[in-house]
Amino acid sequence: MDNMTSKAADLDTNLDGVFEEEDTAAKQSFGFWLYLMSDLVIFASIFATYAVLAHNYAGGPTGKELFHLPYVFVETMFLLLSSASCGLAMVHMNDGRQRQVLSWLAVTFLLGFGFIAMELHEFRALILEGNGPGRSGFLSAFFTLVGTHGLHVASGLLWLVVMIGQILTKGLTLPVQSRLLRFSMFWHFLDVVWVAVFTVVYLMGVL
Amino acid sequence: MFGKLSLAAIPYEDPLVMGAVAGSILVGLVILGLITYYRKWTWLWTEWLTSVDHKRIGIMYVVLALVMLLRGFTDAIMMRAQQAIAVGMSHGYLPPDHFNQIFSAHGTIMIIFVAMPFMSGLMNIVVPQQIGARDVAFPYLNSLSFWLTSAGVMLVMVSLGVGDFSKAGWSGYPPLTEMQFSPDSGVDYWLWSLQIAGLGSLLTAVNFIVTILKMRAPGMTLMRMPIFTWNTLCSSILILFSFPVLTASLFLLTLDRYLGMHFFTTSHGGSPMMFVNLFWIWGHPEVYIVILPAFGAFSEVTATFCKKRLFGYVSMVYATAAITVMSFAVWLHHFFTMGAGPNVNLFFGIATMIIAIPTGVKIFNWLFTMYRGRVRLSVPMFWTLGFISTFAVGGMTGVLLAAPPADFVLHNSLFLIAHFHNVLIPGALFGYLAGYAYWFPKAIGFPLNEKWGKRAFWFWLIGFYIAFVPLYILGFMGMPRRLAHYDNPAWQPFLIIAAMGSIILFLGVVCQLIQLIVSIKERQANRDLTGDPWDGRTLEWATASPPAVYNFATIPVVEDLDAFMDMKEKGIAYKRPKAYKDIHMPKNTACGLYNGLQAFFFGFAMIWHIWWLVIASGLAIIATVIARAADDHSHYVVPAAEVESIENERFRRFAAAADQQTN
Repeated sequence: MDNMTSKAADLDTNLDGVFEEEDTAAKQSFGFWLYLMSDLVIFASIFATYAVLAHNYAGGPTGKELFHLPYVFVETMFLLLSSASCGLAMVHMNDGRQRQVLSWLAVTFLLGFGFIAMELHEFRALILEGNGPGRSGFLSAFFTLVGTHGLHVASGLLWLVVMIGQILTKGLTLPVQSRLLRFSMFWHFLDVVWVAVFTVVYLMGVL
Repeated sequence: MFGKLSLAAIPYEDPLVMGAVAGSILVGLVILGLITYYRKWTWLWTEWLTSVDHKRIGIMYVVLALVMLLRGFTDAIMMRAQQAIAVGMSHGYLPPDHFNQIFSAHGTIMIIFVAMPFMSGLMNIVVPQQIGARDVAFPYLNSLSFWLTSAGVMLVMVSLGVGDFSKAGWSGYPPLTEMQFSPDSGVDYWLWSLQIAGLGSLLTAVNFIVTILKMRAPGMTLMRMPIFTWNTLCSSILILFSFPVLTASLFLLTLDRYLGMHFFTTSHGGSPMMFVNLFWIWGHPEVYIVILPAFGAFSEVTATFCKKRLFGYVSMVYATAAITVMSFAVWLHHFFTMGAGPNVNLFFGIATMIIAIPTGVKIFNWLFTMYRGRVRLSVPMFWTLGFISTFAVGGMTGVLLAAPPADFVLHNSLFLIAHFHNVLIPGALFGYLAGYAYWFPKAIGFPLNEKWGKRAFWFWLIGFYIAFVPLYILGFMGMPRRLAHYDNPAWQPFLIIAAMGSIILFLGVVCQLIQLIVSIKERQANRDLTGDPWDGRTLEWATASPPAVYNFATIPVVEDLDAFMDMKEKGIAYKRPKAYKDIHMPKNTACGLYNGLQAFFFGFAMIWHIWWLVIASGLAIIATVIARAADDHSHYVVPAAEVESIENERFRRFAAAADQQTN
């Protein structure tokens, strides 16, 4: 046990060495990928539930009456562009350009924040009109499916803030790069899920 | 301030419940007192609670499972006692309200808080050693998984004394579990304990898939992997794809109950059937999740105790993989009677019959391994033999139930109860108990007493038949499950026999407790000095018992299936390296423990609608995770000199063991 502390100092100087030697980044990315697949199953379950309840209006409004495609299109653009800016941050990370990484992550944050703000605005308007999640099975499923995605995006924003903090304090060390890589996997994953939400909920709801 | 929680939530008026609460608190206080008396708090904290060592975490899982087995078993005895007497004018000693909580808690505990932790415990102790690794891929995550499971356990235990547990069965079907019909906190205890423990299981699965696929010793190709590791991999894959469905279905029910949504209600366009489908899309794979690692344990035990390579290793792997895939295509057989129509029922009925085939393949593999083997009848082998004969019966009643017309007659009867106990007790529990006896010396350093182990086995086996064969008969006689009271006196004799069976089973449990005590008392004489007490075939027997923190001083190179037996035959099993190297190991952390406690408070606060505590514990969880994520110094070095001195001690013990043998 004593050796633990005396040798810990040696290790600190060679943090990246140990990280590389144990192939940590590869394990972490693979593990995170597995987590994403399980998360996808959560979405799949909620999608299936939405599909079953999509026409259970219980005398309430239908999707056609509630959704405004142009509004959702702008919202979608925010998220898609944030994926692009996240990708640019990763390109700069691979070249070790810390300042550019930070600026593109900031852009990603703003775009993601815009997406969440628009979504919350949409939710607020629906609830104020009396069309909240308790109105019908359809609206329960709508709020939950879109809201679960929104909750993921919000967690992603928190993660993004933490990562910006870590870059500022630690620099682009290998562990930080590994975390950024996983963040970008998460962010693109949410993009893919949103494409499905947009298609199944909004497009198929209106058309 | 305290949400829905008030002093009225404590069931003072019920002497049974208060007795159980007082008993639990007393046992807890005695344990805390002993720890304080022997000044073991520091030891407990550094060696166990904050440990990220997979072997320590594994042992804690098994202890947790054994404690909860006692709890679940007590529930079983209470139900058998009630049904033995509650006929006609007699209403027994349990009011229906209490009886309903007991059968709900019994199912939830046995599946989620006995089978799952027992399985995770064995996986943790064995798998990294079997593949020649020094730990799992994510040691902190492993500790977090354990503490999340413990948080679920704590919620179930607290429900004993504060409020009620669910009265809606372990499967919690709506609309009964909706606010309209179950307004008290019972269903919420069920929801949150399952939800939190389920998250722990999911993270365990991620951990083990990465560990198995990325950290095997050089030379260990997939088809050289020990069969227990294969079963763990398949079980983990099942967890990865099925537990999220449970998470989602519990989440949707939570939204119904907390925010007045209409997923599973009977009004406003809800669909209760949707829950039933989602629940069993998780629930059926769950059966295989708990049973596959047990099959793995039986396979290791059979090969070792017959001194033969496992018969049909390749077919065993493919059978396991086939079960993994097919287990997702049979869920509807849990509700043939609920209106899916003949064509759908036909598909799922046939799929259910087909999934019995790979299981049959396994049975023959075990039998052929024994054929012409040198069978040593030690305790793990007893469990295996008891399993094969008993499980075959349970499997066949399962195929019978898979035929939808038969299911329409037997659905929801005691025949079903007898069937699934007949697969899960021999299939899962016997497997874990075989693994417990087999790997105990590896994990702890001395073997379990054989005599008491065999006594326990005979009580379990005979008790099992006496307790469950009457339930098959009662099922044919038309007795439904979950009855707190019945009017048909013809059922009573069988229920009395079943109650006696449960008492015999209880004697088995007592024998196991005695076995543990006797083994601890005799440990000095029986120490396992070699690390290989059974003449094992796989790499976990190449380490010391108990293993050094790093398991392997040098990572072994694998050249064959049954790698350790191969090394022993080539005479290279105990060769010392020219020089030892520094070894990096993960540091202890209390973050997992903190997260577990925070999750417990979060669950408790949600159950009782204590919103400030929900927010506070939620923020605490996030803060702990962020703090942990910022810590890049999570490893320490075991210097080569220290490795060498540990290994010298090990080889000194080999010499001592050799002396003992010649004397």
